[in-house]
Amino acid sequence: MPDGPVFLERRSYRMRRLMDAIRLLPFLGLVLWMVPLVWPLPETTPTGAIAMSTALKYIFGIWILLITLCWLLWRRTRINVGDKVAPKQGDPD
Amino acid sequence: MVGLNQLLFVCLTYVVFLFGIAFLAERAAVQGRGAAILRSPLVYTLSLSIYCTAWTFYGAVGYAARSGLEYLTIYLGPSLVMIGWWWILRRLVSIGRSQRVTSIADLISSRYGKSNMLAIIVTLMAVIGVTPYIALQLQSVVLSLSIFATPETMGPDDTGAAFSATQAAFWVATGLALFTLLFGTRNLNVNERHHGIVIAVAVEAVVKLVALMAVGIFVVWGLAGGVAETFARIDASKIGAWEVQGSRWATLTVLSAAAFLCLPRMFQVMVVENDDERYLQIASWAFPTYLMLMSLFVVPIAVVGLDLLPAGSNPDLFVLSLPLSQNQNGLAMLSFLGGFSSATSMVIVATLALSTMVSNHIVMPIWLAAQPKGATQSGDVRHVVILARRMSVLFIIALGFLYYRASGGSGALAAIGTISFGGVAQFLPAMLGGLFWRGATRNGALCGLAIGFALWMFTMLLPSFGVDAVLSKDTFDKGLMGLAWLRPQAMFGIEGIDPTVHAVFWSLSLNLLAFTLVSIFTFPEPIERLQGAQFVNVLDHSGTSRVWNASVAGSEDLMIMTQRILGAADAQMFFAGEARRQGLEGHLPEPTPDFIQALERELAAAVGAATAHAMVSQIVGGTSVSVQDLLAVADESAQMLEYSSQLEQKSQQLSETAGQLRTANEKLTQLSLQKDAFLSQISHELRTPMTSIRSFSEILRDAGSLSPEDKTRYASIIHSETIRLTRLLDDLLDLAVLENGQVSLHLAQNPLQEVLERAVTTALAGSDGQLSVEIMSSDPPVTLNTDLDRLVQVFINLVRNAQKYCLSEHPALRITTHLVEGGLAIDFIDNGEGLSRDEQVVIFEKFYRAPGAQGDGAGLGLAICHEIMTRLGGRISYLAGHDGAAFRVFLPSDALAVVGETGGNLVST
Repeated sequence: MPDGPVFLERRSYRMRRLMDAIRLLPFLGLVLWMVPLVWPLPETTPTGAIAMSTALKYIFGIWILLITLCWLLWRRTRINVGDKVAPKQGDPD
Repeated sequence: MVGLNQLLFVCLTYVVFLFGIAFLAERAAVQGRGAAILRSPLVYTLSLSIYCTAWTFYGAVGYAARSGLEYLTIYLGPSLVMIGWWWILRRLVSIGRSQRVTSIADLISSRYGKSNMLAIIVTLMAVIGVTPYIALQLQSVVLSLSIFATPETMGPDDTGAAFSATQAAFWVATGLALFTLLFGTRNLNVNERHHGIVIAVAVEAVVKLVALMAVGIFVVWGLAGGVAETFARIDASKIGAWEVQGSRWATLTVLSAAAFLCLPRMFQVMVVENDDERYLQIASWAFPTYLMLMSLFVVPIAVVGLDLLPAGSNPDLFVLSLPLSQNQNGLAMLSFLGGFSSATSMVIVATLALSTMVSNHIVMPIWLAAQPKGATQSGDVRHVVILARRMSVLFIIALGFLYYRASGGSGALAAIGTISFGGVAQFLPAMLGGLFWRGATRNGALCGLAIGFALWMFTMLLPSFGVDAVLSKDTFDKGLMGLAWLRPQAMFGIEGIDPTVHAVFWSLSLNLLAFTLVSIFTFPEPIERLQGAQFVNVLDHSGTSRVWNASVAGSEDLMIMTQRILGAADAQMFFAGEARRQGLEGHLPEPTPDFIQALERELAAAVGAATAHAMVSQIVGGTSVSVQDLLAVADESAQMLEYSSQLEQKSQQLSETAGQLRTANEKLTQLSLQKDAFLSQISHELRTPMTSIRSFSEILRDAGSLSPEDKTRYASIIHSETIRLTRLLDDLLDLAVLENGQVSLHLAQNPLQEVLERAVTTALAGSDGQLSVEIMSSDPPVTLNTDLDRLVQVFINLVRNAQKYCLSEHPALRITTHLVEGGLAIDFIDNGEGLSRDEQVVIFEKFYRAPGAQGDGAGLGLAICHEIMTRLGGRISYLAGHDGAAFRVFLPSDALAVVGETGGNLVST
């Protein structure tokens, strides 16, 4: 970045990394949810098939994990982003 | 057992309750109360739940019973989109707010230069894509009603109420149309939220979640006997193992994510009805939670349903039939209301979104075009817009109903949903490309949409009707028109792909390819580039584009038009506010570009960007995107480039000025030198005769004895010197008069031949006559019309020069005349030695005398000739390239009277 300081205050540094985490979270979810692509299918390996209950637990587990992470990140960043968004409330209309 | 009439009673009570809630919400919003509830993130999140339609409520269980966990993909995609709100939704919502976008068609058309054609195409595609989905909702309501109407569940008092599916569908459609008309088309401004509808949708969202979870809890803890037992049952069932194909898993996840962004109804609640960007952040975890809860009990219900219900019962209705079979009437009723809620909320919002699109992008442009005088004529447009919107609502619901009738209510719910998703997903490349890529062009979007949609029709929609329904068996087997690479389920000859994956893959990827390639190779219009920059940079700056050249707009005209769209009160309020901002309290505001921009946005919120743009341009008279506007949106490097080119231009100007100054300075210096030289020359020229006059007059005065011869000799010297002096002074005077331009010309006509002869005779008079002069007469003879005395003076001078300077043994002068381009040239060529190159340059300077010249000239002759010719409009020049000295006198054609009779033609004047 050509403009802006090289070193940031600890607080804003932390905030930026949290925003990075928010940005990366969907990709984490995508990768984890695409793991089933490599699971064996019953017709190819009849013995090693993944049980339905395992699959359910895995997918819903990730769902809950993502929701929790998203919620935590929102708790930590809402004030910051809220400040940034707030001026836009004064829409001319 | 629940009777059909009992059910209808509960259902109607529920509908009345919804109407009441919506009505209260509308009233509270009008009175400005209850904003805490009406505009809360909770309501926003719940309103997003219209994603979960009857397809979710009934269809997910059926889907799970048929193909295991694949149903989850439909919820994983949207969850990822919500969790990744920072990437796409944040931009969408910002653009929706800053551009006052009313629908996805409006967004796409607005991005690509407010193109109405694009808006129409997107609208048509959306109607085609969503109509089956609306039919699906009607079907699900009718299907669930029919469960209650089956003979074994009918009570003794219901025997008279024969159940007709078509009638039921008709009444449901009518009720939905009524609700949408009441709460959806009340106000014109789409950006003013539809509080009634949003609240009703939120309530329905709660009802369907509670209903599905209640059934789920009943199944898990009431029927299966606990979580562990449920899992055991699941593993033991026929869907007990993971058997989803990888390609379908990935494709459907992507497809559902795309549809979540592109579905008109999702766009409506997510972007148009959004009050605050912060709600998006809350929804980013709250909405995935909702989706997760909605899909949590789907598999248990499906598995238990498969176990307990008789073989052959429709798995799409397990949610309803399972409680009924266990005689849980209350739960069944709740479940029915849940399904009813899912269907109705979806139809209401989808109809609202589609009707806005249809009325703004199809009806209004046609109406505007049909108006002879355009938008400025008197009359209220509001009722036209509202009427258009109401007609569109009825039209779309009727279309859904007709589709339901035509399709006969067949087919699995999930299949229709996927097809609909595939259709609207075709908007994705144009939409995302427009948000992130400034190079995306209108033609690119058009091509991408057209190709994607055509492929979707061919590979997904038409085959779904079955073999030989629309596409013949031949087409399936041998391809369209016998082209083997055009088989609807094996495009380009690649066989063996799952039909859904095949259709989604080919339509989306070729859509994207066409969009990108055409965008790269076409050039956008200025307004497209302006809009593109605003969309892509929406988060960087909130500056608006100045597109209007408002000087010709009349505030009154604008006011009249605005009143007709926004209504008198709103329009006056808007204009008064603007006037206050401009410091013109109590008057109409000046039509500044900023004001017109704001006005266009305001109108866009009511009738869509393209229509608003067209209406404003009718009054303002066309857009004008100036260089400054484009510069303002050009990126930094372009601005730098412009700046440096300005600098370059300036420095070039400076250097040009410096050059001019330098030239002027040189000229001045030269003039000063010339003046000095002239002064020294003239003093020298005057001094020489003066000296001899003085000395000889002194001799005459002082010498006592002088022979008469000497006296005569000295006196004649003095006499000749005074003559020379007089001639010099005459010449100088002559030159001064000529140079100052004070000379007046005495025009006269005479044949050239005579003039030349006169000059030669005069020049040679009194000389020893050594020079022979030959005049080659011109053919045809020429008559001159100029100051002949002056011209003769020039000729004499030239002849005398030849006489003086031609050092040949037999000096001869040849005078030739001929007509040349633009005039007459008279050449004087002698047979002397001519002039050297250096001499040629200075020959016309004052006081220049050829070296070694005999004679008594002061060196002014040729200078005078030069001045005379300039005065006469011609010129005299030295002709290089001859043996002797050669001068050319050029007379312009207007110095000639007529060319003689032999030529017969007039010299052009």
